[in-house]
Amino acid sequence: MKNRLKVLRAERDWTQAQLADALDVSRQTINAIEKGKFDPSLPLAFRSARLFNCRIEDIFEDDGD
Amino acid sequence: MAHDTRSRVSRNLHDTRRLAVWTLAWLVTLALVAFGPVLLWDKNPLITGALIVLNLGIGSGMIIANIRFVAGLDDLQRQIQLEAMGIALGVGLIVGLSYSMLDITDLVAWNAEISHLVFVQGFTYLGAVLLASRRYQ
Repeated sequence: MKNRLKVLRAERDWTQAQLADALDVSRQTINAIEKGKFDPSLPLAFRSARLFNCRIEDIFEDDGD
Repeated sequence: MAHDTRSRVSRNLHDTRRLAVWTLAWLVTLALVAFGPVLLWDKNPLITGALIVLNLGIGSGMIIANIRFVAGLDDLQRQIQLEAMGIALGVGLIVGLSYSMLDITDLVAWNAEISHLVFVQGFTYLGAVLLASRRYQ
């Protein structure tokens, strides 16, 4: 799954650690999601959407895998 | 769902400590059951039986503490634990049965002890956690 987490984070000038704190996950999790190595659960995707004040599909995009 | 206001790191630390305490208590009662009958209470069956029951009870507490530990992890950490536990379970089953067959068919000179299986599962689990953690970096 592709995602725009890194772009959204950069737009706000946040570090991975700051985003991890805001989403109540580890920095390793944010790093893995940004690199596309790990797909978040639905609750985490919802939390991300709420944090960035947008829809889930504005952050995560199904790449057909 | 109740929201825990403590930080994730603080919650993880608390869950890890609780699991460590239960595991230590379980190990102590296990050691008492293993060595106590000969070294401490001259094979008194009542004391041995009571300690086996206590060991089972504390073991149950350890399982619950482990469930809470895993439930308190975040998405990725839980995925890593799931993969590691799955690998450890599979390796334990396959290697354990093959090892047992070696003993039954007298292809090895020593007895296949359950403690050997615990070592194999423990080291497999640790290795799998390290490998999975590296893979997701």
